[in-house]
Amino acid sequence: MANVISDETIEYVGILAKLELSDAEKEQAKKDMGSMLDYIDKLGELDTSDVEPMSHVFPVNNVFREDVVVNGDDSANILSNAPEEKDGSFVVPKTFD
Amino acid sequence: MSKEYETVIGLEVHVELATKTKIFCGCSTAFGGAPNTHTCPVCTGMPGSLPVLNRQVVEYAAAVGIATNCTINRFCRFDRKNYFYPDNPQNYQISQLYLPICENGGVSIETPDGGKKTVGIHEIHMEEDAGKLVHDEWGEASLVDFNRSGVPLIEIVSEPDMRSAEEVIAYLEKLRLIIQYLGASDCKLNEGSMRADVNLSVREKGSSEFGTRTETKNLNSFKAIARAIANERERQIDIIESGGKVVQETRRWDDAKEYSYPMRSKEDAQDYRYFPEPDLVPVIISDEWFDEIKSKQPELRDEKMVRYKEQYNLPDYDIDIITANKRLADIFEETVKLGSNPKKVSNWLMVETMYLLKEKGLEPDLVSFSPVNLAKLIKLAEDRVINGNVAKEVFEKIFDEDIDPEEYVKENGLMSVNDEGELRGVIEKIIAANPKSVEDINSGKLKAMGFLVGQTMKEMKGKADPASVNKILKELLGI
Repeated sequence: MANVISDETIEYVGILAKLELSDAEKEQAKKDMGSMLDYIDKLGELDTSDVEPMSHVFPVNNVFREDVVVNGDDSANILSNAPEEKDGSFVVPKTFD
Repeated sequence: MSKEYETVIGLEVHVELATKTKIFCGCSTAFGGAPNTHTCPVCTGMPGSLPVLNRQVVEYAAAVGIATNCTINRFCRFDRKNYFYPDNPQNYQISQLYLPICENGGVSIETPDGGKKTVGIHEIHMEEDAGKLVHDEWGEASLVDFNRSGVPLIEIVSEPDMRSAEEVIAYLEKLRLIIQYLGASDCKLNEGSMRADVNLSVREKGSSEFGTRTETKNLNSFKAIARAIANERERQIDIIESGGKVVQETRRWDDAKEYSYPMRSKEDAQDYRYFPEPDLVPVIISDEWFDEIKSKQPELRDEKMVRYKEQYNLPDYDIDIITANKRLADIFEETVKLGSNPKKVSNWLMVETMYLLKEKGLEPDLVSFSPVNLAKLIKLAEDRVINGNVAKEVFEKIFDEDIDPEEYVKENGLMSVNDEGELRGVIEKIIAANPKSVEDINSGKLKAMGFLVGQTMKEMKGKADPASVNKILKELLGI
């Protein structure tokens, strides 16, 4: 494996993803990420100097909506997804704005 | 302080666009609905939901870009900015990083010393707003309302071209007027439809290197911005003078306590891992579409100011006040179009209208009377059907209830008495009853004239025509 993921990197990625990994999981994740990066590095073997960076898989553009209100009050339905609800709002851990 | 320091400021200004619906779904953007009543699976980040771009957002963003001398990128697209926060239901914000819709613009501002300078605009991009967090006073929790989630924003990123709070405020005023004239937003700082984050660093005067900057958020008024800039400048200079190093960080301003504090702890890494948004296709602005947007641009304030001078020959002072609000400028032009004298229309707007707005604590945007009624009032006063004081009284009625002044004057019998015979009778009585004043006038104290005019007006219940009163009075007194 050409790409070696350091302990610091896996720690950092864990913080970004809000994941707590056990030591065994960390080792596994390091190995998986390394081989993913190796796979991606294959692209580097090709000459892509004349290739436009791809922004989208399909050659489609300009898909729009008109500025017209089509949704009504669906709060009961939306709030049914909330693990906890209060006064029509989603309850989350105390957060300072 | 031994050394002299220069403040270097750049702004990130967020503006909520005046669309009826959100940027990626058909939910209403109306302000003040009950929590979560303007939400759907898209703006609450439900798995499997797909965003579809609101065309009007592109048009407003491009219009602001054109008005601020930007290059409009004919090919642009959206990117995902990844971060966790409870007001962000997708765990990413759809924004633009790599190909924003507008770049490389600038606006001209007046500096405190009366000169002019250009503040560069690095870019303008489109993005979605987050939800609103409210603290639950009764529990150890916060409540989230997603009504604002997905409301369209443009973020206008300036170059670090400003050097003082005055320049910052001049720049914000300029942006606000441009955007209000375009109708792209109401730009209210206190309601959050315009928000400014201040990037500030200090450096020794004469240095060409930039110092380390901080970003200050939560600035809800021009006064708060000015205070926060003064405070942050002092804070950074203190650090440098005492041999320390300014830390690059985001700070939150507390305007009540007049100080700022760091917003995020060091454990929260700021790494947004942007990547192209796969759920949205690119936006291509054709020449045809671009021309259409451009042709819809209204006359902006700077052009209007020049034209008012040339076409109406108004004093600069009047022009400044009238054009400072699009609503007032519109009323001015429509009233003049109805045949009224421009200077007279201007006087009613900048004196009486501004006075009533202040008195009633209203914003100029809320002026709702029709130009037809103002034009009629001006005509009534010009034809001396009513006198100046009555006109002011009637104007207040127009301001409050948009009444038809012709009918109102008739119904309430407010017409001036121009009838020479009737006036002469009254004035003769007043002269007879005030021999002291007549004596004063005869001995050269012409001030006493005013008293007699006042007495006549009182007798006529304010409805006499002052010019006629003066004329008859002088005639009877032989002066």
